Amino acid sequence: MNKRFIRILFFGMLLFSTSYVEAQQRVVNDSDSVMRSHDKIYVVMAVCVTILVGLFMYLIRIDNKLNKIEKTH
Amino acid sequence: MRKRWWKILTIVLLLYTFTAGFLIKVPFTGNLYQSIRNLFFHVPMWFGQIILFTTSLAYSLMYLRKQNYKYDIYAVEFAKTGIIYGVLGLVTGSIWATYTWGSPWSNDPKQIAVAIALLIYLAYFVLRNSMTDIDKRARVGSVYNIFAYFIYIPLIMILPRLVQSLHPGGQGVEGNPGLNGKDLDATMRMVFWPAVFGWTLLGIWISSVKIRINMIKDKNLINE
Repeated sequence: MNKRFIRILFFGMLLFSTSYVEAQQRVVNDSDSVMRSHDKIYVVMAVCVTILVGLFMYLIRIDNKLNKIEKTH
Repeated sequence: MRKRWWKILTIVLLLYTFTAGFLIKVPFTGNLYQSIRNLFFHVPMWFGQIILFTTSLAYSLMYLRKQNYKYDIYAVEFAKTGIIYGVLGLVTGSIWATYTWGSPWSNDPKQIAVAIALLIYLAYFVLRNSMTDIDKRARVGSVYNIFAYFIYIPLIMILPRLVQSLHPGGQGVEGNPGLNGKDLDATMRMVFWPAVFGWTLLGIWISSVKIRINMIKDKNLINE
């Protein structure tokens, strides 16, 4: 159940990451792109969200490992 | 605590904070400009800390009533996460202060009081670890934790209201340190309260992981 959940999560992330890269390539010379608007505040948002997601993945992994240890004890 | 729904809620609330916190339109206030968005990240650290320390106090009281070592583990771990939140709050506050008040440390009563409060809480761990006897450690630790809490509250809630302060809510400054609702406009409140809730839940999550580690480590000391 748990492994399956993580696999689906990773699959979804990989799926969306490709579309994100494509979008980046298309608008590279477009100064009206979302990421470049509002003094590039969205760049800061993207960085913060990435850090947050990374920390969450780490915390979920620790939590899952602890679940396994608790089961063996 | 081992249920999954509240962990998902934490993730959703914080992702909302981190996106909406950057996207919403904020009011123009004084010399804050866009840095008013720090309200969604710096202020919830303190709200979270108060809730974590209060939880820690409750478990210390429970320990003294029931004499079950389990409750002491709970109290210690909630206090530890509370200190982490406090340190993060101080550091983020200093960064914010550098660009709004002119220097990272301006001897503001809230800055000083909270630094003292953190030292009092650090002494909790020094005191605990100085004793080798488990029962004595837990009992003295619990009593000290109660004492620390009742110094911490006047230091951060009462003292800053009595003197001049750069923070909102001091003498001669508009606003309220406890945020009475008039200080925030409607859109900011829509992000602020979910942010407080999300950050607090994250603190509880981290504490619960550490509690579970300690429960396995000190398995032979806990009598259910």
